[in-house]
Amino acid sequence: MEFPSELVKNAVEQLSTLPGVGKRSALRLALHLLKKDKDQVEKFGYSFINLINNINYCKECFTISDSDLCKVCSNQNRDKSIICVVEDIRIMMAIENTMQFKGVYHVLGGLISPMDGISPNDLKIDELIEKVNEGIATEVIFALSSTMEGDTTNYYLYKKLKDKDIKVSSIARGIAIGDELEYTDEVTLGTALSSRLPYSDNIKTN
Amino acid sequence: MYLKNLTLFQFKNHSESDYIFNEKINCFVGNNGVGKTNILDAIHYLSFTKSYFNYIDSQNIQFKNDFFMIKGNFIKNENNEEIQCNFDNNSGKIIKKNKKKYKKFSEHIGQYPLIIISPTDSNLILEGSEIRRKYLDSSISQYKKGYLQTLINYNKVLKQRNFLLKQFFERNYFDEIILERYNNEMIKYAEIIYEERKSFINKLSLVFNKYYSIISDAQENVSITYHSQLNENNINTLLKNSLSKDRVSQRTSTGIHKDDIIFNMNEYPIKKIGSQGQQKSFLIALKLAQYDFISNKIGYKPIILLDDIFDKLDDKRVKQLVSFTNDGFFGQVFITDTHQKRCEDILNSTKVEFKLIKIN
Repeated sequence: MEFPSELVKNAVEQLSTLPGVGKRSALRLALHLLKKDKDQVEKFGYSFINLINNINYCKECFTISDSDLCKVCSNQNRDKSIICVVEDIRIMMAIENTMQFKGVYHVLGGLISPMDGISPNDLKIDELIEKVNEGIATEVIFALSSTMEGDTTNYYLYKKLKDKDIKVSSIARGIAIGDELEYTDEVTLGTALSSRLPYSDNIKTN
Repeated sequence: MYLKNLTLFQFKNHSESDYIFNEKINCFVGNNGVGKTNILDAIHYLSFTKSYFNYIDSQNIQFKNDFFMIKGNFIKNENNEEIQCNFDNNSGKIIKKNKKKYKKFSEHIGQYPLIIISPTDSNLILEGSEIRRKYLDSSISQYKKGYLQTLINYNKVLKQRNFLLKQFFERNYFDEIILERYNNEMIKYAEIIYEERKSFINKLSLVFNKYYSIISDAQENVSITYHSQLNENNINTLLKNSLSKDRVSQRTSTGIHKDDIIFNMNEYPIKKIGSQGQQKSFLIALKLAQYDFISNKIGYKPIILLDDIFDKLDDKRVKQLVSFTNDGFFGQVFITDTHQKRCEDILNSTKVEFKLIKIN
């Protein structure tokens, strides 16, 4: 794409580094910004500069937080003995929204994937093990994606934690609520069948 | 099962074409370059979601346009099933069955089995092992549900494992646990793929000789054999033994991604000692054996595409081949030929109804 202005070109190049944004969309966005009030656009820009300069992570669980301890970790009513391991803050927010979980989190910051250059050292895995070694935790729950990367990370964590005196569990895999069995793929159905639950558990949770 | 009609839009040299087909034999006649083979390739798209001749979809769009569309109606178990394949330079490829989009193309493959015999098949003999593995996989995917997904999974683990080996090397560390995890996954998928490939080749080789002698009349002793490192050792041992080598080369040197098929004539590679004619007969026999095997396996007849086959064989063999339709060996057949007269004469000699479609 040829640009009449270096300034526009720069803006388009920066915007198109965002995931899911191609050159065309980037140009549309850049032109849109030009139409807005100067103040508003400055605010827009500064919000990212502030974000990158002042971002802070919770010392306990490594989630994004404005203070040293996040809202969950600083809440006295949360059960510190149950740790839920998640990939990133998005999953943590999703689980928080269920209002089902009363324990605390541990944010790994990614999943093991050599293809994407991510090794265990790039994740907060040693920190999790240290936390378990402190002896407060009684259960670690893996809430990771059901993909090869998620399963590899599960396996790695399990191997690291299996000799500790704690319960290690993983969130259930199987039929999504409201799904019709007829349209469920075979792998999911097979997993759901082999990890079936006593029906009495169903009654309790509903 | 048969294909009732076909619509092409901006596909290769077809701006807009519509065809209605016969349930038995359909013959496309016309001069070189009018797009006969492209019609076969479009049918191949509907079955395999991709071209037989050129895997790069964007190159199959008509010149100066930016998308193509292929649509066809299959009659299967008396149901009409519409399959549509769209490719757009911007949004990529979409396959729809009865207007419903597929999430995974691997779910589509195998529903409308098809076998093609084409002059480019000679690559199977001449080229490297990759094309023969592709042949194995596309054949098996025609009757074995889930095989392609297993293969996709295997390739993904393999890729991760290779990157892991690279990471070990570059960052100078070693992690037993992740490697073990990838090994376990590879073993799980490799064993399934190995068994499936072995059984396919074994069963194919049982009928292969019969078809070779029908096609060639000759007495050469021909054979196809499955070559795999897994024939010698189980994959677990292979991975263990090659670990130190793999760590140096930063690549996984053992597994089913190294498989091959050995094509022999009188105990020697046909690539080396076979004449062109013998190689052609060999490949046609291979495809016929495959057709025979898959028909038996699935219980109905796949579609067969015969691309330019009359030019490759003498009249006697062509008649032999066409007589297969008389015996009910073939289901729906699509043929391309440059000589209308020759084609009509051959087909008139069979008692099967046929439709001649002239392409200009």
